[in-house]
Amino acid sequence: MTVPTLATHAITCVVFLPFAAGLSLLVVSAFASLLSRSQGLPKIVWQVVASATTCLTFLLSAVALWGRFDPEATGYQLVERVAWLPEYGIHYFVGIDGISLVLVMLTTFLMPIVLLVSWKEIGRSPRAYLFFMLFLETAILGAFVSLNLFQFYLLWEVVLIPMYFIIGIWGGPRRIYAATKFFLFTQAGSLLMFVAMLVVYRLNYLQGGALNFDLIAVAGFPTVGIPLLQTIVPVAGAPWWSTQAWLFVAFVLAFGIKVPLVPFHTWLPDAHVEAPTGGSVILAGVLLKLGAYGLLRFALPLFPVAAKDFAPWMLGLALAGIVYGSLVAMVQKDLKRLVAYSSVAHMGFVLLGIFSLNLQGLTGSVLQMLNHGLSTGSLFVLVGFLYARRQTRLIADFGGLAKPMPVFAAFFGLVVMSSIGVPVLNGFVGEFLILLGAFGANPWVAVVATSGVVLAAAYMLWMYRRVVFGPLDKPENRGLMDLDLRERAALVLLVIPIVWIGVHPNPLLRRIEPSVSLLLQSIELRQLQGEEALATLEPAP
Amino acid sequence: MLRWIVFAPLLTSLLSGAGLVLVRRPMARGLVVTLSCSSVLVSFVLSAIAFARLVGLPEPESPSGGSLILVDTLYTWVGVGVGSSAFSADLAFRFDALSAVMCFVVTGVGFLIHVYAVGYMRSDTREDGGLQRFFCYFNLFTASMLVLVLADNLLLMFLGWEGVGLCSYLLIGFWYSETQNAYAGSKAFIVNRIGDFGFLVGILLLFWSMAEAGTPAVSFRAIEANFGSIAAQVVTLPMWLGGGEMGLPTLIALCFFVGAIGKSAQLPLYVWLPDAMAGPTPVSALIHAATLVTAGVYMVVRMSFLYEAAPGALVVVAWTGGATAIFAGLLATAQNDVKKVLAYSTVSQLGYMFLAAGCGAYTVAIFHLVTHAFFKALLFMALGAVIIAAHHEQDMRRLGGLRKRLKATWWVTLIGVLAISGAPPLSGFFSKDEILAAVYFNQDLPGHAALFQMGLLTGGLTAFSMFRMLFVTFHGETRLPRARRVELHDPGDLMLWPMYILASLAVFGAVFGMPQFWGDRMQMLDSDSLGHFLATVVAVREPHEIDPIQVWQLVGLALAVSIAGFGAAYVLYLSRPRLADRLSPAFVWLRVALERKFWVDEVYDTLLVRPLVVFADRILYRGLDVGLVDRGLVEGSAKSVWVLAQRGLKHVQSGLVQAYLLVVVAGTLALLAYWIG
Repeated sequence: MTVPTLATHAITCVVFLPFAAGLSLLVVSAFASLLSRSQGLPKIVWQVVASATTCLTFLLSAVALWGRFDPEATGYQLVERVAWLPEYGIHYFVGIDGISLVLVMLTTFLMPIVLLVSWKEIGRSPRAYLFFMLFLETAILGAFVSLNLFQFYLLWEVVLIPMYFIIGIWGGPRRIYAATKFFLFTQAGSLLMFVAMLVVYRLNYLQGGALNFDLIAVAGFPTVGIPLLQTIVPVAGAPWWSTQAWLFVAFVLAFGIKVPLVPFHTWLPDAHVEAPTGGSVILAGVLLKLGAYGLLRFALPLFPVAAKDFAPWMLGLALAGIVYGSLVAMVQKDLKRLVAYSSVAHMGFVLLGIFSLNLQGLTGSVLQMLNHGLSTGSLFVLVGFLYARRQTRLIADFGGLAKPMPVFAAFFGLVVMSSIGVPVLNGFVGEFLILLGAFGANPWVAVVATSGVVLAAAYMLWMYRRVVFGPLDKPENRGLMDLDLRERAALVLLVIPIVWIGVHPNPLLRRIEPSVSLLLQSIELRQLQGEEALATLEPAP
Repeated sequence: MLRWIVFAPLLTSLLSGAGLVLVRRPMARGLVVTLSCSSVLVSFVLSAIAFARLVGLPEPESPSGGSLILVDTLYTWVGVGVGSSAFSADLAFRFDALSAVMCFVVTGVGFLIHVYAVGYMRSDTREDGGLQRFFCYFNLFTASMLVLVLADNLLLMFLGWEGVGLCSYLLIGFWYSETQNAYAGSKAFIVNRIGDFGFLVGILLLFWSMAEAGTPAVSFRAIEANFGSIAAQVVTLPMWLGGGEMGLPTLIALCFFVGAIGKSAQLPLYVWLPDAMAGPTPVSALIHAATLVTAGVYMVVRMSFLYEAAPGALVVVAWTGGATAIFAGLLATAQNDVKKVLAYSTVSQLGYMFLAAGCGAYTVAIFHLVTHAFFKALLFMALGAVIIAAHHEQDMRRLGGLRKRLKATWWVTLIGVLAISGAPPLSGFFSKDEILAAVYFNQDLPGHAALFQMGLLTGGLTAFSMFRMLFVTFHGETRLPRARRVELHDPGDLMLWPMYILASLAVFGAVFGMPQFWGDRMQMLDSDSLGHFLATVVAVREPHEIDPIQVWQLVGLALAVSIAGFGAAYVLYLSRPRLADRLSPAFVWLRVALERKFWVDEVYDTLLVRPLVVFADRILYRGLDVGLVDRGLVEGSAKSVWVLAQRGLKHVQSGLVQAYLLVVVAGTLALLAYWIG
């Protein structure tokens, strides 16, 4: 048996490093507590080791994944495949392309910042919190690199466990309600996906494939993923109620709840409001991307015909998300709730790009996932800093903060501008490409979506004005401390990519585009094959 | 080299910004001020060097062999796609005649205002450590404006376009502690965003139209070169827009014009500019008079090739400009805040520029843009000096009689007022006259006679409101409290010298673009040099055959109307102030309507903003989100499961073995029946 090294198993090393560190900490801590009858390793050791691990994970991913990724090549890179339960077609199968590369980098980048911002926030059982965070990182990274359906499903579900505890243990007053809601919503979708996945697995076998969960095998099998699936329910020419359509809908529901898709979004504001700052950052920054990623990685390649047929409906839902999320964000009184609804609107843009089904839209979508992770993550960090000082998140409790906290106001302003898509910052590039793509798909859709840009400015600037500007009329706010070194460091780290992507996005776009282009080509191809297959099915007149 | 025109102010801005955020102690005031002003001066000098290079370029072989431009490309900014749908926008700067003129205005007038601001902000002690922040924003604005005018493609232009909006937002709300200022800043940004909506849709529509014609293009050069491929296309409008057909260029041009309406504060999106006067006066001078608000005019002129192919859009441009000119001119006559008078007059003058552009006289629009930058910046600076002297008193009813103590300020104000009122031979006379001539002689424009009369009348209103401001502020008895009268004095040299320079430009500024007609009269060898220079990149129509007698009549008419405006102001506010009091009861309704600005803000608020907020709150958030989805579907389904378990399923788990057996047997039978059948 070969020992995994960075040279041969780069992805595995990056993915499992956090979990391995967490587990070692746990074991050492347990021994330490046995020996000394204390609570185990001191909190500071945990914090230092956990932070060092996440930093190391980021560096590893930068060197071994980003560094070794070939932007010219299409398809999956750095692939590893090990038999797991081969008789059922279950393999440990990982690899990255431009899409997952971006999301993996986002995850490894955000995690050290999450630990930095929750350095003081977590009072109760900090060791368990750190363990869950490390566990969570491995689960998320694993889901982003999975190329085996079963493995993806497993990790998708595993992600829920640490997140459930993070909200449920370290959350606000209604944390149990929020955690349960989060769990049940996601779980409901996941079960649908699970059933749909088994159907795909079986159909693949029935149509002459092997028993295989590998995405490449299933999606790449020449006849699966095309209307041959419709032979089960042969309503030729009406792909609406074909098997493929059903399966697509199941996958869309599963991923859509996570994105979240209006009207399945109501878990999100509750989860955000109750979650601790670090939890909110991970939730908004990375977990929501898991849904959009699932659509890109699984729903589109597996069910290309249905995806194309349903695209107008999905565009409609995306628009609903943009307009609805923006309008509802406008009337929120709680800062976190406002940011949560702005997430609904922003993720609506991501969906819009995906279902534009063209190069600009899809590339913009992937970039916008990254952008949303950075800017919304930063917003939650900033709101967390305010909460740590004032124990409130109500907009009405603030006002005039620019005077006692000028540095906070400056960072907040920059992040708000990034979130509403002001050029030179990251949000603009993604939003513009998505709008460009959407216009190519349907001009009217793009026109309505562009109004979301106006609304975003309205709710964000309104909020910013009420929090930061105006007279400093609340006595409690007079003596507020400005950001300290730790808080500044976290924000500087977040702002660097926000500016960099805005100024020079092309290195990213160059890595995303080939993968997206391959995806589009395969959809086109499958569409053609499907039409041919359909033609042979129709009885000759 | 072009990049350094932008980078010089950008770098100083970033330096002082980073200093503010990362270093606890503010930079020395002298250092901030020197860096900030000198960086704009560097930009000015670099623009002059670029101008020299541009003029030195060899003439193109043939008229279609490309125009005279310098390009400086850094790298591909946003590039996605290949082939016929390839979108690729470079970070590239382009320097041509139009950019050169704009660069000189932005950096030249901008430098003077920077110097003035040093004096102005020094006497402002309300904000500690604010100087560095002010110049950080001010330089950032200059850099953004330079990006806007130097951009080689639409996307980069949009970057500058949003950048200036952002800086305007920051500077309007510079004194953020007052809710009103912060509100005005947000309002400016959001209203501008409505305009940007049109700009963005315009970019998308133009790109995809060109892509479908096989020539995807983003840079101005590529668009202009391949514009023929879509120039004749027609689109069918949907039924709810009235159906019918519209030329594709017209539709695109209208989209872009929506952007121009927002930025240049035209009807119906002008509402942000008067409120924007909440910012410090140098901001009003630079941003809300000389540069940012002219960006819309610049854009229309930059895309003149597009507008020339879109006659329908030109009609809209001309009528929007004309209507705004007279509407804002009217409102300016009744404002009491001196800065608001200037703000409405700016809106009105911008309307003039669009009127010129709508008549196809693009070079004339730029000519007026330049002269207006001189005299309007001058007026703002002069009134700023008054505001400083009177300790931030801006209401002219409480000023008065300042002429004796603020002699120099009175002189420069008088020059500015004369220039904007079109008194010969000051710069404003020539540029305004050329616009009126352009309207008058453009017979093809629908309703050109009415537009001409509106333009003429606006001239009278402008003279009236400007002289009213001059008389009420500087003449008559002073109405300032006694304690303040003693310390009234002209500002220091730092504020005076920029005003002197601008005053001389307001007087002589027209020599750069002396209209052909007057050039001929004055035996000038090189008349209309601005027009000829701009003609290398801007569409110019064949001049009409003009009868000199008609021109003289026109000049006489315009002068007469202006003098009438001056006379009315003289009578009502200087020689017979009682008359105004006696007249006012008869016109009280008009006065109230004008002072309340025809309640436009209130109407927008009641009809658009409030209903939207109520809809979002009551219907969407509380009704749909919390009510239907959460309480109804989510918790309802959970509750119904619970009720089901309580009422129904509880009895299923009864513990009666007979009942279980019955179910098992029934199930088996059913399955058997299914398999067999």
